[in-house]
Amino acid sequence: MPNVLVFAETRGADLRKVALEATTAARAFVDANGGGEVHALLAGPSGVAAKAESLGKHGADVVLVCEHASFARYAREAIAATLAARAKSGYRVVFIPFSSNGRDLAPRVAAKLDAPLASDVTSVSMSGDAITVKHPGYANKVIVELTVTGSPAIISLRPSAFTPAEKPHAGKTEAIQPAADPGAERVVVKDVTEGAKGKLDLGEAPVIISGGRGLKAAENFKLVEDLASAFGNAAVGATRAVTDDGWRPHSDQIGQTGRQVSPQLYVAVGISGAIQHLAGMRTARTIVAINKDPEAPIFKVADYGIVGDVLEVLPALTAAVREAKKG
Amino acid sequence: MKIAVCIKRTPDSESRFKVVAGGSGIDEAGLKFDMDDFASYAVEAALQINEKQGPGETIVFAVGPDAIQETLRKAMSMGADRAVHLKADGALFDGLSVATALAAELKGGGYDLILFGKHAFDSSAGVVGTATGELLGLPCVTAVSQLDVGGGKGSARREIEGAGEIVEFPLPAVVTIDEGVARPRYPSLKGIMAAKKKPLETKPAQLGAARVVVKAMELPADRPPGRIIGQGAAAVPELVRLLQEEAKVL
Ligand SMILES: Cc1cc2nc3c(=O)[nH]c(=O)nc-3n(C[C@H](O)[C@H](O)[C@H](O)COP(=O)(O)OP(=O)(O)OC[C@H]3O[C@@H](n4cnc5c(N)ncnc54)[C@H](O)[C@@H]3O)c2cc1C
Ligand SMILES: Nc1ncnc2c1ncn2[C@@H]1O[C@H](COP(=O)(O)O)[C@@H](O)[C@H]1O
Repeated sequence: MPNVLVFAETRGADLRKVALEATTAARAFVDANGGGEVHALLAGPSGVAAKAESLGKHGADVVLVCEHASFARYAREAIAATLAARAKSGYRVVFIPFSSNGRDLAPRVAAKLDAPLASDVTSVSMSGDAITVKHPGYANKVIVELTVTGSPAIISLRPSAFTPAEKPHAGKTEAIQPAADPGAERVVVKDVTEGAKGKLDLGEAPVIISGGRGLKAAENFKLVEDLASAFGNAAVGATRAVTDDGWRPHSDQIGQTGRQVSPQLYVAVGISGAIQHLAGMRTARTIVAINKDPEAPIFKVADYGIVGDVLEVLPALTAAVREAKKG
Repeated sequence: MKIAVCIKRTPDSESRFKVVAGGSGIDEAGLKFDMDDFASYAVEAALQINEKQGPGETIVFAVGPDAIQETLRKAMSMGADRAVHLKADGALFDGLSVATALAAELKGGGYDLILFGKHAFDSSAGVVGTATGELLGLPCVTAVSQLDVGGGKGSARREIEGAGEIVEFPLPAVVTIDEGVARPRYPSLKGIMAAKKKPLETKPAQLGAARVVVKAMELPADRPPGRIIGQGAAAVPELVRLLQEEAKVL
């Protein structure tokens, strides 16, 4: 009967999707191993308690609500102290999303507790007292299966590897206090420069339209953005060639040294398909490639390839997608 | 500034990997090894800080088997002043165990800044730097794409999903390096010659207990072979049909 503690990540007073993924994963893990309780730690600014209901719906028995004005931003030291303090009370496993902030948090908690940590995990199982996880290592080229000994096992979960599913439990709230003063952080967040409002994050978008040097000029990225907006649920990505040239911000880069994504649909336009780029997107469910060179390596992984000039094909595709969306 | 940089030796990311019979690990035969990418950005960042800010020292550290000395020499050929090899054999998939050895060595060393890569290519874990920072009780900022240090403090930018986070922190501190900070230089011939004479100290690593160990490795299922469906804008209607009817994503 393992009990699991989940870090329910927030941004401001909003719950992030990875929080529901981790809660769903925790519920499934507990139910597969003879039952037990799922507790979710929800830290945020005042008002965040309203999000407890959604965690209950996804399987949390108890939601530990920790409200503090300084939790409007990521107060890494106080969050780590609070999660570590709570993790001591008899949990077998702690699930943390392997998001930007979750991957910052998990090693802090593990080091504080001297507890074993497995990162970026796509599946977790338990047999007897042994926990086994799978983790795509070597930039997704090798699946590494790891045995994790010791309690609590800190496990960070790859975003999108688990799909949020409703499985209502009590979601009883319990207010807790921060274990360290969130106003006394040594690392002080001065600013958070939000991207354009309503812009989908690459890690969360079901569709990604990604452009490479084949677009020829920064202004031609307009064609990529047009296709993304025709889909409506799409984010825009880029290759390193393009971010190096400053056509797109570094944060848009997909690949081994950029973001690693697994959308339902990945459209690669004017991208050669270098191995370092493939490392970031080869787990997409469906891949489309548009490239004028039929020998480009991207065609080896593309479910659907079109050989042609992006400047000609993109506008036609955008119009056709708009038409299809109209229904 | 006195800057420590912790580096790792990993297989070349362009390699084709094979798993040994029985699946206990990857087949290292024929693989090329080099400094892990993000760690090489960290070495470059340290060198640039000391070049810009005047007298300083860059010291590189690595936990691993003897072969890792080659990687430490490479860092010295780029310009690092000296190296410390913490000797340990076997697979090092428990980042906290490696961090324990590094923290024991770095403790009390008087470093202004301790740099790491954001994550290593092989483990792809992103654990060692942050865990070392925590064990040392130092302020720690992870995955930074811009870094400024001086006057006893630092400021950095981190990319978080859909936003950038700007932070300030006091030195000494631990920082893990993402893309954007510095692209590593190639060692010059002169650098390579000089590195041969730079000090490389070896001692046993005081690893923590390994509680995360490899049970098996396997290659991911291959994608079905790619397929070209047509040429130019004329192929668009067929693509849309396939996206709707076969892939069901439109
Ligand atoms: C350590 C390391 C890490 C790296 N990390 C990354 C990473 O994270 N992400 C990444 O993307 N790269 C990474 N790279 C770089 C990678 O090796 C490639 O250089 C890069 O991905 C190439 O980008 P590209 O496809 O845009 O450009 P190119 O390789 O130049 O390809 C452009 C493509 O556009 C096509 N094209 C040209 N004109 C047209 C047209 N009019 N219509 C249609 N097609 C056209 C060409 O046929 C070509 O295939 C890394 C490299 C190294 C060494
Ligand atoms: N064995 C090691 N010796 C020294 N530094 C290491 C070692 N392993 C990892 N590091 C550092 O920690 C970073 C992150 O590695 P990881 O936590 O394994 O993803 C690397 O980029 C290196 O800077």
